[in-house]
Amino acid sequence: MIQFNNVNKWYGEYQALADVTETIAKGEVVVVCGPSGSGKSTLIRTINRLEAIDSGTITVDGEDIHRRGLDVNRLRSRIGFVFQQFNLFPHLTVLQNCTLAPVALGGARPAQAHHKAMALLDRVGLAHKATAWPSELSGGQQQRVAIARALAMEPPLMLFDEPTSALDPEMVGEVLQVMQGLVRDGMTLVVVTHEMGFARDVAHRVLFMDQGRILERAEPHEFFNHPQHPRAQQFLADIRTPFAHAA
Amino acid sequence: MIDLIHTYWLYFLVGQYPNGPLGGLALTVLLAALALLLALPIGLVLGLARVSPFRAIRWPVTALVHVVRGIPLLMVIFWAYFFLPSVTGHQTGQFSTMLMALVVFDGVYLAEIVRAGIRGVPRGQFEAARTLGLGYGRAMQRVILPQALRSMLPSLVNQFVSTIKETSLGYIIGLTEVSFIAAQINTQVFTHATQVYLLLALTYFVLCFGLSRIAHLLERRLARRAPTRVARPSVVVPLANESNA
Repeated sequence: MIQFNNVNKWYGEYQALADVTETIAKGEVVVVCGPSGSGKSTLIRTINRLEAIDSGTITVDGEDIHRRGLDVNRLRSRIGFVFQQFNLFPHLTVLQNCTLAPVALGGARPAQAHHKAMALLDRVGLAHKATAWPSELSGGQQQRVAIARALAMEPPLMLFDEPTSALDPEMVGEVLQVMQGLVRDGMTLVVVTHEMGFARDVAHRVLFMDQGRILERAEPHEFFNHPQHPRAQQFLADIRTPFAHAA
Repeated sequence: MIDLIHTYWLYFLVGQYPNGPLGGLALTVLLAALALLLALPIGLVLGLARVSPFRAIRWPVTALVHVVRGIPLLMVIFWAYFFLPSVTGHQTGQFSTMLMALVVFDGVYLAEIVRAGIRGVPRGQFEAARTLGLGYGRAMQRVILPQALRSMLPSLVNQFVSTIKETSLGYIIGLTEVSFIAAQINTQVFTHATQVYLLLALTYFVLCFGLSRIAHLLERRLARRAPTRVARPSVVVPLANESNA
């Protein structure tokens, strides 16, 4: 479904992605983790061209996404993206947030889009909030609406960029549950997250990144119990005993 | 003062109309309203050009903005009054000259307000719109501008109030707007300068203050209809995604 081939990206002197080569299969659920600044957000933002790359190729569904003449809007409408900051449109109601793209992009009649959006809101448990403004919702609810909005274009692939990092702890669960539902439906998910529980229980594969490189790729069980790379071992030790250094 | 008003109120309001050209307060209001009406779309287009990703669009408009902002309105009026006719070959009337000068001047100031409004919308809004597959224009039209315009409202009103007051500079090219009429009245009654100009000041004040109040009410109604602020995330995170890879 997604293929990275020797992808490099620089921010000036700083190399954000270094020779990334990786294949993500259709229906696979991949968690990307690593310390901050490791390039994991940059990595998933390159998949829908929110970030440009300096060399290498990325293909989605067999199509080079940097091909000349590619319709980038069409590409993006086929890839759902969920942000850390939710980024709901504050001037639109919850329902309008979910119908904007389907109607504006010409695919759907308003009534049809409305109907589908209500079904999606129901799926994330927020049908009763359809007429509310985003500012009236909790963080967890906003993020669930953001997921419904991303699903409205019926993308076969969903990308999550730290979807629970801006949430109060008690709201993390409701968002993860919605994501788990997508996994059950067989969607392809790439998730950048610090939620190691989600990685362990839901992911098919974990990628560990540091300094722009994928240092380790393993099944969750393998990754958590027998990390191979010293940086991965260190990372796991740090998140398990966060106060070890202070002592 | 009562005498003064009694004798000159009609002259003050409409000039010599209907026996001569329209003037006075009516002309001032007409000029300001037309200037705003024409400057608004121009300001919007120039403002969009100012944030355009294309240099070929951005640079000339940026240059224009800096030039116009760097000269007083009075200069723009002189240019429109003396320079334009020498180029085009025919003399434009005082009203259209003043209108052109105001539209150019206010268009540029409105462009800066539009630009600031667009820049004030969080970057994530644009990214979210693009991620859904909306193109640049659609993202602007459906997501960015509706939010930007709302936050621009106070600055817009400010600019509109300025425009009303700027019309008084028409005096300098003999446009018979309300300041000019007041000066005329003053030369006729001769000894009542304080009263005449007090009345003039009061007139401008009522116009501008009234507009501010209306705008204020409008703003409150908009705020009630759709709260603009999205609940803050509970964790403070760096805003720039770029550095936070």
